Amino acid sequence: MRKRISLCLLSLLLIAFLILSTGGSCRLPSGVTVSADPASEVAGANAIDGSANVSDASDETSNSGSEADSSDTLPFSDDWDDYPYDEQYYSQLRGQGTSINFYNWGENIADGSDGFVDIISEFEALTDIRVYYTNFATNEELYAKLKSGAASYDVIVPSDYMVARMIKEDMLLPLNYENLPNVRYMDPAFMDPVYDPGSIYSLPYDWNTVGLIYNTKLVDEPPDSWGVLWDERYAGNILMFNNSRDAFGLTLKYLGYSLNTEDPDELREAAELLKQQKPLVQAYVMDQMFDKMENDEAAIATYYSGDALLIDNENIAIAIPKEGTNQFVDAVCIPAVAKNKLGAEMFINFLNEPTINAQNVEFIGYATANLAAYSLLDEELRSDPVLYPPQEVLDNSEMFINLSDETNLLLDQLWTEVMASNKNILSWGILPGATIFAIVAAKAWYRRKTALRHHYMTEDIL
Amino acid sequence: MTKKQNRIVSNLYIFIIMAFLYVPILVMIIYSFNNSKSRGAWSGFTWKWYSDLFQNDAIMTALTTTLIVAVVSSLIATVLGTAAAIGIHAMKKRSRTVIMNFTYLPVMSPEIIMGVSLMLLFVLFQVKFSLLTIIAAHITFNVPYIILSVMPKLRQMDVHLYEAAMDLGCTPLQAFLKVMLPEIMPGIITGCLIAFTFSLDDFNVSYFVSGERAQTLPVLIYSMTRKRVSPEINALSAIIFVVVLAVLIIVNVNDVRREKKQQRGGRHA
Repeated sequence: MRKRISLCLLSLLLIAFLILSTGGSCRLPSGVTVSADPASEVAGANAIDGSANVSDASDETSNSGSEADSSDTLPFSDDWDDYPYDEQYYSQLRGQGTSINFYNWGENIADGSDGFVDIISEFEALTDIRVYYTNFATNEELYAKLKSGAASYDVIVPSDYMVARMIKEDMLLPLNYENLPNVRYMDPAFMDPVYDPGSIYSLPYDWNTVGLIYNTKLVDEPPDSWGVLWDERYAGNILMFNNSRDAFGLTLKYLGYSLNTEDPDELREAAELLKQQKPLVQAYVMDQMFDKMENDEAAIATYYSGDALLIDNENIAIAIPKEGTNQFVDAVCIPAVAKNKLGAEMFINFLNEPTINAQNVEFIGYATANLAAYSLLDEELRSDPVLYPPQEVLDNSEMFINLSDETNLLLDQLWTEVMASNKNILSWGILPGATIFAIVAAKAWYRRKTALRHHYMTEDIL
Repeated sequence: MTKKQNRIVSNLYIFIIMAFLYVPILVMIIYSFNNSKSRGAWSGFTWKWYSDLFQNDAIMTALTTTLIVAVVSSLIATVLGTAAAIGIHAMKKRSRTVIMNFTYLPVMSPEIIMGVSLMLLFVLFQVKFSLLTIIAAHITFNVPYIILSVMPKLRQMDVHLYEAAMDLGCTPLQAFLKVMLPEIMPGIITGCLIAFTFSLDDFNVSYFVSGERAQTLPVLIYSMTRKRVSPEINALSAIIFVVVLAVLIIVNVNDVRREKKQQRGGRHA
């Protein structure tokens, strides 16, 4: 008996150990694999000897890109060799064993896969600052974690409206531009955003727009208006955002209102429209959109435009409606609880190294606000009207700002109303309801039958 | 219905149940070899996700954290829970019932309540979220499962065994280690395994108490949902599934072999 028990315990430990050791042994080579990957090898070597920091692979692409277009229209050089790291700047905290805690959206930084640079490892090697990396899924999650005061981060990546909210609640530290030399590459159009006037607290990490993603096979003509989401022809073929702010945002735009409106009547009107739309909607989804669109399961979906480029289906196209859309920015900030502000600023500066930033936005699939990085991108990406829409589209678009508490509450209430409205509840309630009724009825009938039988039996006996 | 028909129906039923349980896992394993990120369309065979997985620092760190938390918390919870079970067992009937009901409470209540309340507790006492808070939280929700699986074994145990051991010259400690512990060991092992499993796939509690340096695998996977969950996760799940399967098979084969040996040994004696 005891042997068996100890065997069980041992095997339990063995599983743990096995998995741990595979994890460990894979880590060991990860230092080695860095050198196995030619791109990072060059980058790593260069970081050490202090010359330029360009990877082979990306060099090639940029060369082919620069041949294709006239580089004189670009704001900055498109030669990857022109952007060496400032070794002196990055060695400020060398040998002090410092670290920073980086809190980012999941899958939102180039991590060495698909031939891209591993940004965090590269930064660690360059600066000797250890980066602890964790992820969140929503702005609200980030806010809650920070607000609890029990977690301290040094660099965070909230979206526009959350930046505004955090500024209002004194949760961010002003950036010291003297420690951020790479600000010189930033697009002036992004340097005084509505959510952070004067760019005192934040620098853009990436930006993108909300678009209409559609399947050319399943749509009669390319849509140019949000109105297509209310088109009876696509009943049951529409995928809608499963979050209130985005869903209301595009509806308000369709109605011609501002997506930051605080007017209860306008919000109610939008809610009415969303309720009307509900019978046409196949599902309210977020990332499930990818699979559904990939498999031709829906004709039209609303999502972030850049993500549509990642859908593996040749019939997918994206339209940005004429009514204008939501332009959103994920911004890097330093929270007030940060313990290593200099390290955090070095990291933010590193994220804006043109070579790093260019690879990062290409990995993420969104657009960059760093003009030098933009210059380094392939012609194909730069001229993509989805990633970098023409100015008139952007003129029509708005960024989210933080809404008042009352409006947020109203928005939540209205969204709940929309979600609870219509016969939808009835239709999914019918099946379980009918099943329960059938079970109860069957049981009652069976009981009556047996009771009757017992009755007859007793009568027979008597 | 003949006996044969009966057998066919029951086999069919078992087959359906098994398919219900294992087809999703099978599909996941198949798609871990899919050449594209798609979860729907097949586009060729690849080992890419497996090699990427081991180079993905975020996933490997989260996996290590998850395993450390699961092993440490289930072991500590086992010690605490077993001691508690023995203590509760020795109580008078009424207080035992009261305590047992309190033990059921955390098991019955939704996990999210435990997550939020633990978070509030840590915040109240200004404890910083870290690996330790995750472990502490996991111990908290694991202890009741240990108690609940050890208690029945204690009830089954002959109450006089312990006394008999003492009569035969055992010190209380020896009596506990040599008589009581082996008797309740199956319950302890079951509890420990349940705790390990619960800890491994817990999301709700970890989500609320994880901090800036440690996050468990379920929290990481959840964070991927704005983009899309990476197929590397399929690969990781496939590996975990195969490892667990292999261990189960080894243990069972060993059991059968030992039983046969015992039977043979018995016959010789």
